[in-house]
This record gives sequence, C-alpha cells and structure tokens, in this order.
Amino acid sequence: MGEQHARTDKPQISKHNPKLAMLLSIIPGLGQFYNRRYMKGSLFLVLFLSFLVAFADFLNIGYWGLYTLGTIQGVDDSRSLIIQGIISVILTVFLIMFYWINLTDARNEARKICEGWRITSIREGFKQAWDKGVPYVLVGPGIFMIIFVLILPLLFMVSLAFTNYNIYNSPPRFLLDWVGLDNFKNIFAVPIWRNTFFSVLSWTIVWTFVATTLQISLALFLAVIVNDKRVRFKKFIRTMLILPWAVPAFVSILVFAAMFNDQFGAINRQILAPFGLSIPWMSDPLWTKVAIIIVQVWLGFSFVFALFTGVLQSISSDWYEAAEVDGATKWQRFRFITLPHVLFATAPLLIMQYTGNFNNFNLIYLFNQGGPPVRGQTAGSTDIVISWVYKLTFETLNYNMAAVISIILGLIVATVAFFQFRKTRSFKEEGNV
Amino acid sequence: MSAKWKSRLELTGIYTFILFMFIVIMYPLIWALGVSLNPGTSLYSAKIIPENWSLEHYSWLFMDPSSQYALWYKNTLIVASWKTVLSLIVTTFLAYAFSRYNFKGRKHGLYAILLIKMFPVLMGMVALYILLNILGLLDTLAGLILIYVGSSIPMHAFLIKGYFDTIPRDLDESAKIDGAGHFRIFFQIILPLAKPILAVVALFNFMTPFMDFLLPRIVIRSSENYTLAVGLFNLVNQEFSNNFTRFAAGSMLIAIPIAAVFLFLQRFLISGLTAGATKT
Repeated sequence: MGEQHARTDKPQISKHNPKLAMLLSIIPGLGQFYNRRYMKGSLFLVLFLSFLVAFADFLNIGYWGLYTLGTIQGVDDSRSLIIQGIISVILTVFLIMFYWINLTDARNEARKICEGWRITSIREGFKQAWDKGVPYVLVGPGIFMIIFVLILPLLFMVSLAFTNYNIYNSPPRFLLDWVGLDNFKNIFAVPIWRNTFFSVLSWTIVWTFVATTLQISLALFLAVIVNDKRVRFKKFIRTMLILPWAVPAFVSILVFAAMFNDQFGAINRQILAPFGLSIPWMSDPLWTKVAIIIVQVWLGFSFVFALFTGVLQSISSDWYEAAEVDGATKWQRFRFITLPHVLFATAPLLIMQYTGNFNNFNLIYLFNQGGPPVRGQTAGSTDIVISWVYKLTFETLNYNMAAVISIILGLIVATVAFFQFRKTRSFKEEGNV
Repeated sequence: MSAKWKSRLELTGIYTFILFMFIVIMYPLIWALGVSLNPGTSLYSAKIIPENWSLEHYSWLFMDPSSQYALWYKNTLIVASWKTVLSLIVTTFLAYAFSRYNFKGRKHGLYAILLIKMFPVLMGMVALYILLNILGLLDTLAGLILIYVGSSIPMHAFLIKGYFDTIPRDLDESAKIDGAGHFRIFFQIILPLAKPILAVVALFNFMTPFMDFLLPRIVIRSSENYTLAVGLFNLVNQEFSNNFTRFAAGSMLIAIPIAAVFLFLQRFLISGLTAGATKT
C-alpha cells in the first residue's frame, strides 16, 4: 500500500469506480484489491473461503435437519437436528453480516479514494481498524455467550412450539414433525388446555399484583418509620430488617414449607394450637394461596426496604424544612416529597420486582409444588404459569404445549417491561454518547 | 403538652410495629436453628428450643460416610469462584463498550438483551441440556459454570453500564489526549472508579451457585458433582419429614456465612444498586 504515496494525479483518482468496487466484492476481497488494499483484501478472501470450507457440511446438515427433522426413525434425533439447524441459521446471519460489511467497505473506500483520500501506511490502516474495532472486540465474548446460553435456547423453545413433541411422540425413539400453528390453536380450542391456561394465568396475575404490591408497601412503610428522626438504634433495626434478604431464599422457603405443614408444622402446632385452630395450609387452595403470599412478603420486603432506605437517606432535609415552613402536613410531605423521590429513583428495580414475582418459580415449586391439585386441570391450584411450564416440561413431558405457553408468557412480560423501561430515565438517555 | 403526648404515642406505635416485625422475621430463622440442634431426625418431635440439644446433625454432615456435604461445599466454591471471575471479565467489557463506544447495534442492543431475558428459560434448559451433551460438558462443573456466566450477563451488564455512565467522560477524554490506549483507559481509569458496583456484582455472582438449585438439578446428574443447593434440596425432597433436621443443619452452614457477608456489605450493596439503576 506504500506505493500509493506517489499517486497524486487527480484524473487517475476520479476514474476509480465505487460501483465497480462493490461489484468486484461479490467475491469478498476483490473489491479491496481494486482499492489497492491488498492486506485487507486477502484477509477477507481467506476468512470467507475458510468459513465456507469449515462450515459447508455443518450448514448443509443443519438446514436439511431443520427442514426434515430427520428421516430415519430411531437414528436421527430431531432435537439435536433442530439445535444444529438453529446454529446454522446463526452462522448464516454472521456470514451475511460479514458479506454486507465486505460490500459496503469496498464501496466506501472506493468513494473515499475518489475524493482524493489516500492510505498512508499499513500501520495507520491497522490503527484505524483497531480504533473502529475495539467496541466489537469488547462486546464479542459477551455476545457469544449470550447467543449460546440465551438466544439459542430461546429459538429452540420457539421451534418446539411448532412441533408435535409430547410424551407419546418423543425423540430419540420417534421423529418430530412440524405441525404449524396447531399447538397455538389447541391451547385455546381444547377445553382442558383453555380452562387450565386461563385459570393459571388469572391466578398468576392476581398473585403478582397482590404479593408484589404488599411487599413494596410494607417496605415503604417500614423505611419511612425507621427513617423518622426520633427513632433510635437505626443501624441495628435496619440490619434486622434486611435479614430475610440475606438468608438464601431456597432455605427460607423450605423452612416455611415445614412450618406451614398441616400436621407437624410449627404454625399449626405452636402458634395456632392455643386458640384451638388448625388451618389446612397445604391442602386447601385458598389457604395455600394466603400462605404463599405471606411467605413472599416475608422474603421480598427486605430488599425493597433496603433500596428505599438508601434513597430516603439521600433526600436532602432542606425539602422537608421548606415544606414545614409552608405548613405542609405529614401526609403532604410524604405524598409530595418522599414518594416521588423514592419511586423515581427505584422504578426499574420495582418493575423487576413485579416481573420477578410473575416468574417466581422457586417459591411456588418449593413451597407446595403448586399444589393442592385440582380436578380436571393439568396444573395445581397455586401453580403460576412458570411452575406449570416446569411440570409440563419435566414431569408430564408435554414439550410442545410448554413451549407455546412459555412464548405467550414471555411476550406478556417482555411487552410490559418494554413499555415500563421506556418510561424510566435510564433508558431515555440511551443513545447519546 | 398534647403535641408531646401525640409524639410519644406515635413513637410507641412505631416501636411496637418494629418489634412485631422482629418477631415475624426471627421466628422462622430461630425455629430452623432450633430444629437443626434437635437430636433425632424426626421433624414431628422437633422443638424450637430443644431440651437436650446436640450437634449430631452437623457432625453427621461432615463425618458420616454417606454424607457428601463437604464435597458439595467444595464444588460450590469452585463454581462460584470461576463464575465470578469469568462473568466479571466478560460483563465489564460489554458494559464498557455500551457505555463509551458508538457501534452498530449499541442503541437497541442492551434493550434487546434485557427483553430476551424476560422470556422464561425453563424450556431453554432442555436446549442447554442437549447442547452440553453435544459438547461433552453434561454433568460437569465446567458446563454449569458456562451457563451461569452466560445467563448472568444481561442483568449485570445493565447494572455496570449504568454505573460506568456516571463516571465523567472528561476523565477518559483527557487520558486519551495524553495518549492512553483503549484498554489502558479501561483498566487504569474506569475500573478503579467503578469498584463499588464491581463489588456488588461480584458478590451477586458468587452467591448464585449457593442459592440456585434448578440449573444444577438439570445439568448435574451424579451426586459427587452436586452443588450445595441441589444436594440439600434432594436430601429434603426424598424424605421431607425424616431428613429435615439434617437439612436444617446443612442450611445453617450456608445461610449464616452468606447472611453475614450481606449484612456486612449492606451499605455498599444498596449504594451500588441504586446508583447503577438510576444514574444519579
């Protein structure tokens, strides 16, 4: 590239044709050769060829598998074929992106050359490429992991929703088939699925709102009263109140499960026995729901309390003094100073409390496995959508329906979160570097 | 006078409520501690204040040949350490790029990643199971670590990026003028200033393997590769009432150190979280 130093005569430069450069780059690298960037050109060519050589077979099988889901029963495993197919699609996306970069790069550089731009040295070219490439190098490992650990499983799940993968037809013994939208139709058309779906969904929504709102309100109330300037031993009180957050949740849930046990649980035997009461915490649907909400409030309020306390301490006392001078009542001070400050500062984390409870598998499953069971339904009476999906997947092996439900559930949560996130400041400022 | 009385009454109300909360919080914890000190494995005869308390369940966990508790503890520590280190490296790089560089996909990238995370991953575990099987990493700690690292990225990248955004850009601009390279700015300017959030994220990373039982339950098959959470869960899941005292003892040995660390670092945790989430 050093020889380009000499090339200063204008007419020769204007002859350089961006369209031709782009056209040549249909075989990657040729356009770059035309632009006299030989290093870059050969790099592109080598990359492209080695990609083709290395992955040709893989892509071939991948797309074949994705299309047929296997042809020899008992030999081809449809699930592995789907995964290989998805990886092929991902690789193809990368290939297209690389191809696109190659084309636009050839065109852009040709244009720059037309405008009289010259590459001074290999070293400078490298430096420019490095400066431009740094963010991609930084993001690379993370995106790679996200693709394989999050996106690949997600696409796999979406694929299963369009297959007939259930307990009667499961690989490796049988082959799967694409069934189009049948599963989506079934969930609304077949009574047992429809009834279960809507009863589980409505309980999930009630559960999310009641439990989360209770835990946030309790946390707010506690944070405000402990923050009162007359209260002493603040540090000790706060430490105690944060304790439920500090204890691993699965331990506390299992401890509660034992305490609420109908026969030998401490609640019935030690607390309620003196009053002559014995409540069927685990076998009556309504009482189980009450117990689960109580346990979640116990588990969840302290994290929110800790957050609120952090924010409360950062509100300047000037606000309150000014309000007091103006004669604001206690309630007005809370309503117009404390509440907006606290909610504004913690909004995204509060939204995550709601979505977290919506998907709070651990509590539902560990407390009572979603039970007690309900007649004529494939889910227990306290099952929320996510724990129902777990049962369908790992207990009754109804993979296709579990996938359909997961997709619907994911769409609901993602939509709600999307609109809520947009309202918060952290995301509005996105984009202006 | 009446104002003073009103104030006293209010204060009494506040203290009463706080006391009530103390009882509600402590009762299950003390009960679990009490149960773990009860002799015998029956939950039915267990008392919150044991008459003749003993440490037999604790010694059973470590001494009995049929108990693999020490091994599980070791596994969990291995997974937690690797997860913390790998996840921090990958996540801070990602967050740094999203905070400081302009590149294709930056604007919607973090959004998209967070929204993808909203989809329930339970079903995805079937895919991860098959993927790990293909890679030969099924039933290994390495496979578990890789999945943990990948799934922790979105949330933590969001937190760290939020914190990086609060560090004034003038600092890296002037360093750039002085000739510092991309990575030098990152390691010598950004990272030292972001210590609080890094500590928070490191702690969260380290804690998850102690608390999560679901993923290891699916990925790990043989009991010598269990982590603590899944090992204890299986212990109590097999015979709920008969193993509960042992479970309680095993849990205490996880809960007490974790709770101690959380309480010790609480101030740190809260300031890191709110600063990261709100861009103060």
